[in-house]
Amino acid sequence: MHKTSVEISGMGHSMKRKEDSRFLQGRGNYVDDVNLPHMVYGHMVRSPYAHAKLKSINTEAAKKLPGVLAIITGEDLAKANLAWMPTLFFDKQMVLATGKVLFQAQEVAFVVAEDRYTAADAAELVEVEYEELPVLVDPHKAMDADAPILRDDREEKSNHIFHWEVGDKQATDKAFTESAVNAKVHAVFQRCHPAPLETCGCVADYNNATERLTIYLTSQAPHAHRTLFSIVGGIPEQNIRVVSPDIGGGFGNKVPIYPGYVCAVVASLTLGVPVKWIETRSENLQSTGFARDYHMTAELAADKTGKIKAMRVKTLADHGAFNAAAQPTKFPAGLFSVCTGSYDYPAAFCEVDGVYTNKAPGGIAYRCSFRITEAAYLIERAVDVLALDLKMDPAELRRKNYIQPAQFPYKTPLGWTYDSGKYEGALDKALGMVGYKEIRKEQEEKRKKGELMGIGISSFTEAVGAGPAHTFDIAGIKMFDSAEIRIHPTGKAICRMGTKSQGQGHETTYAQIVAQELGIPAKDVIIEEGDTDTAPYGLGTYASRSTPTSGAATAIAARKIREKAKKIAAFLLEASEEDLEWEPGKFFVKGAPGKAKTIQEIAFAAYTNIPPGLEAGLEAVNYYDPPNLTFPFGTYICVVDIDKGTGEIKVRRFIAVDDCGNVINPMIVEGQIHGGLTEGLAIAFMQLIDYDENGNVSGGSFMDYLIPTAVETPHWETGLTCTPSPHHPFGAKGVGESPNVGSPAAFVNAVVDALSHLGVKHIDMPITPWKVWNILKEKGITG
Amino acid sequence: MAKKELIKLKINGKEREVAAEPRLLLVHFIREQLGLTGTHVGCDTSNCGACTVLLNGKTVKSCTMFAVQADGAEIMTVEGLPSNGALHPLQEGFKEEHGLQCGFCTPGMLISSYALLKKNPNPTEAEIRWGISGNLCRCTGYQNIVKAVQFASKKMAQGGK
Amino acid sequence: MIPPAFEYLRPKTLPEAVGLLQQHGEDAKILSGGQSLIPMMKLRLARPSHLIDINRIAGLSYIREDGGFLKIGGLTREAELEASELIRTKYPLLLDTARVIADPQVRNLATVGGNLAHGDPANDHPATMLALGAQIVATGAKGERVIAIDDFFVSLFTTSLDHGEILTEIRIPIPPAKSGGAYFKLERKVGDFATAAVAVQLTLDGPGAVQKVGIGLTNVGGTPIRAKRAEEALRGKKLDAATIGAAAQAAADAAQPSSDLRGPAAYKTGLIKELTKRALARAAERAGK
Ligand SMILES: Cc1cc2nc3c(=O)[nH]c(=O)nc-3n(C[C@H](O)[C@H](O)[C@H](O)COP(=O)(O)OP(=O)(O)OC[C@H]3O[C@@H](n4cnc5c(N)ncnc54)[C@H](O)[C@@H]3O)c2cc1C
Ligand code: FES
Ligand code: FES
Repeated sequence: MHKTSVEISGMGHSMKRKEDSRFLQGRGNYVDDVNLPHMVYGHMVRSPYAHAKLKSINTEAAKKLPGVLAIITGEDLAKANLAWMPTLFFDKQMVLATGKVLFQAQEVAFVVAEDRYTAADAAELVEVEYEELPVLVDPHKAMDADAPILRDDREEKSNHIFHWEVGDKQATDKAFTESAVNAKVHAVFQRCHPAPLETCGCVADYNNATERLTIYLTSQAPHAHRTLFSIVGGIPEQNIRVVSPDIGGGFGNKVPIYPGYVCAVVASLTLGVPVKWIETRSENLQSTGFARDYHMTAELAADKTGKIKAMRVKTLADHGAFNAAAQPTKFPAGLFSVCTGSYDYPAAFCEVDGVYTNKAPGGIAYRCSFRITEAAYLIERAVDVLALDLKMDPAELRRKNYIQPAQFPYKTPLGWTYDSGKYEGALDKALGMVGYKEIRKEQEEKRKKGELMGIGISSFTEAVGAGPAHTFDIAGIKMFDSAEIRIHPTGKAICRMGTKSQGQGHETTYAQIVAQELGIPAKDVIIEEGDTDTAPYGLGTYASRSTPTSGAATAIAARKIREKAKKIAAFLLEASEEDLEWEPGKFFVKGAPGKAKTIQEIAFAAYTNIPPGLEAGLEAVNYYDPPNLTFPFGTYICVVDIDKGTGEIKVRRFIAVDDCGNVINPMIVEGQIHGGLTEGLAIAFMQLIDYDENGNVSGGSFMDYLIPTAVETPHWETGLTCTPSPHHPFGAKGVGESPNVGSPAAFVNAVVDALSHLGVKHIDMPITPWKVWNILKEKGITG
Repeated sequence: MAKKELIKLKINGKEREVAAEPRLLLVHFIREQLGLTGTHVGCDTSNCGACTVLLNGKTVKSCTMFAVQADGAEIMTVEGLPSNGALHPLQEGFKEEHGLQCGFCTPGMLISSYALLKKNPNPTEAEIRWGISGNLCRCTGYQNIVKAVQFASKKMAQGGK
Repeated sequence: MIPPAFEYLRPKTLPEAVGLLQQHGEDAKILSGGQSLIPMMKLRLARPSHLIDINRIAGLSYIREDGGFLKIGGLTREAELEASELIRTKYPLLLDTARVIADPQVRNLATVGGNLAHGDPANDHPATMLALGAQIVATGAKGERVIAIDDFFVSLFTTSLDHGEILTEIRIPIPPAKSGGAYFKLERKVGDFATAAVAVQLTLDGPGAVQKVGIGLTNVGGTPIRAKRAEEALRGKKLDAATIGAAAQAAADAAQPSSDLRGPAAYKTGLIKELTKRALARAAERAGK
């Protein structure tokens, strides 16, 4: 790729972010910063029980409190047919409970008052009478004959949501009977939560004079949300404007539509004033989209030399009370079937069963594409168990089984087509960075002294960029994405996209794509996203899809503009188009570089000196439907030291070698990797949303849902290799999620490696000090 | 409702006088009464530090203090970082070293870093990490925040601000 | 989350504060650093009718040696302990403790008096003060009274302070030469309360045997615990591995933890044993210097 000048700052430049200035001065505009005249506040009343009959709701005392404007219950919503709403995956979810509640912290009533404080006081005065019902917490008991049926609204009187299988069962079973080694691991990917630092919220503003509803919404997918509000609420779509302001982190949490949004809209429609609803952190953790909760078993069949022959996977998925999995594939377990990983073998079979329990609904794609993290974790864990069984070095076992560069595009046994990869390159680079030989030697010496140290490797393959319309949609809307570019007469530009940044730096990276394609300096290009009245339709930002989709659309739209610019240049230079050559920023006549027209001159001419037969103006739109996903990959290596006395684990080093194809902005890519690794660290060692036998949630606030501080977070060491995507217009793959997908296995593999000589093969996350200590105690090493 | 108390304070160099209910949290007072929305709320259990402001020269979590307690105090929020028209070296450092992504933790981080550098103009990496340990960031993994503080420390030593 | 309403009172003197406490009865509460009380109010776990803010009362914040005691004013902030030259050079146990309480912002407000008066066994100062053999000065309508730290912690969130009393001072006997202390706390992350922690303060005699020792345990029971048997196991003995081991076991036996998100009870007991060893070793090392 041609590298542009620093002035232009096209792709490959570590341009400083254009969005930073406002954030650094406290001038960002997050949803809670939106203040409108006459605005009032909503507060949710929530269920203290996990499963209970709703006997009565008495709002009298609350209504009497001065300043209280309205109290909405499920019965009220039922009258407008809004007590339930569809989820993003073929189920429905209660907006406000009617009949019964199905999880602790479920939405029961919505109080609206003149200010936040009164709303909170009134919520406490709402008297709700419950009659407790038997609670189902353990997903393994969901299909037992004596399990309480949770969803009596459904026709099927069962807690079973789906059974899904993929692959060749016969061939797989055969490979297992014929193979010398059969390694097996049972791994739970625990329930965790994206917990962006900003919680979810909205300001719903219905203007009864114009009949327009404006919703300021922490939305990763504003256009899709507008359409859903229209379909569910019966409001003509042209009368809805969703504005997604600055977003304080999303990580998948802000993809679904939550009951609070619907209630705020209903309240604004009823009261005719703007209604703000901002959830608290505890509400965020206890009721909005959780992630994972996959209970998985993987088996790998291999020959004695370590060549893998087949994989068999059986998984139980806990979806909570409603199947609110925010996932747009046609497959109930999303992209989980990429679980065959970075390895080449002919047979695999994977089955997943989903069940209901009395827990918060969700199953969202937390910083990953729809169940990829679970999949990557499972295969990378299973490979390590196989290495233990074979007494082989885990790096060498991986090397032996990698899909080879010449095999791409590679069709996996479960049906995905990987676009490109050079897995060994990433492995070698990571091994070199960590000094693998020396560090293994150190480990051996430490073991002799009774010290515990471990090295964990993960060679993950990610699948991002949803996605090809044949496989992906949200409520039927295909997963293309869009870009619109307008060049002003002075050669500056404004572009709008269907995606929505939540910190990824779109205002910079998209501008760099335009700069790369048109030679207009990135600083002269304004990027706008999130306002459905102005931006072209798109499906939003999650699953690392922005670069693969809107990024591609931006390049293609820019190329359309370049085509027209060429015509104008030919006219201005009195040359034929065939005689013109392009370099970023100008067209010149072949062999006569002095005879040139800059893109700025061309833009001016597009409005002032229009060639005959051409339309005025210089702009283009593109809706890009990617032919395939892109498949970033990498190798991560983690080194841990364990304190035998306390069970504490210290991550001494962490090397992350990523390959996301061509890079738009190396600084931003590195930042994404740091952030994702830190989230992976938290999942591996600290985080769990748990429930006791009565369905009481724990880990429901930042006191117990632990976010690592700068002190626990290690100094990350990063590296890149570059294997472009052959089908993406500029060879990029997404990157934001790789570190979150690839790292959990590296952390866990490192801890298991430190303890493997004691016979330890697996420990479930979060690997807390007490779990390690318990093992050491059992083995007589400590205590 | 308890009777309102008159609160007189100096915020970012400006005298303000506003009546508020005693239970009004300082963060809501700053954001809603005084209209300075740079200070954020990220939790309800005093854990995240997004609400950090400088009160009489010390960092505090403005979500864990009543506005009445700040009567007579001098407060600095992110909007008041001394800048002389340009960015403060810390703000510059955060931009240069990519110390922010979504920006939600940034105001609190800036205030904590500001207080840290006042106390310790040349901190080590470990001291920086401890100095910002009351501020959670979900996006950056802290590494570039550390670099940003180091950038500012250097720049200020060279006669910045 | 939004705290419930209350009346706010800001006395300028101690007698005025004591008077207000009496006047408004059981539902009135002292507001000190507010770092325990306000979080509880936001969760609506505390609903005081009146808050008596003692932050503007002059003369309640100091750290000084006087009359054989280190005296810490009730309103002294954790950050002030951390920054104090006196604490830094002579009271390593207090420095260790102040440093691992909460986070920088909380330490700027949280007071040592509040930390003790809150009566929370998860707080760090109680164990430290048990180890140091501190005395608590309570000021009420009838003036001052001194409470031995061993009599101070009654039950979860309850101390022997009367409702009308304010904790105004903590007195710690100035340790003789060859004294040292250490605090070892295991926390899940910075800013967390202890999974378990051990405070040790000891004085060695000429030949290096333990002359005086105090051991306090954090967050392993309904109240902060003083490990008396462990202290006995040490007195008069040299700190060899066997003695340390026996004392650590005795400390573990004194712990009565319950299982929770921070770990199962057996783990916490094991931690007490391990942390006691480490704290003893470091305290002895410091005493030797
Ligand atoms: C995020 C976070 C993390 C924390 N982590 C820790 C930790 O790791 N270790 C730890 O020890 N603490 C921790 N704390 C608690 C903190 O140290 C508290 O501030 C302390 O326990 C109470 O001190 P305070 O001055 O804030 O008291 P306040 O909150 O003002 O008061 C607490 C209670 O004591 C009473 N009280 C206060 N002062 C007096 C007095 N002088 N006389 C009589 N009664 C009084 C009050 O009426 C109230 O009932 C943490 C707090 C937070 C918010
Ligand atoms: S808002 Fe989280 S600590 Fe103040
Ligand atoms: S930049 Fe998003 S939380 Fe720190």
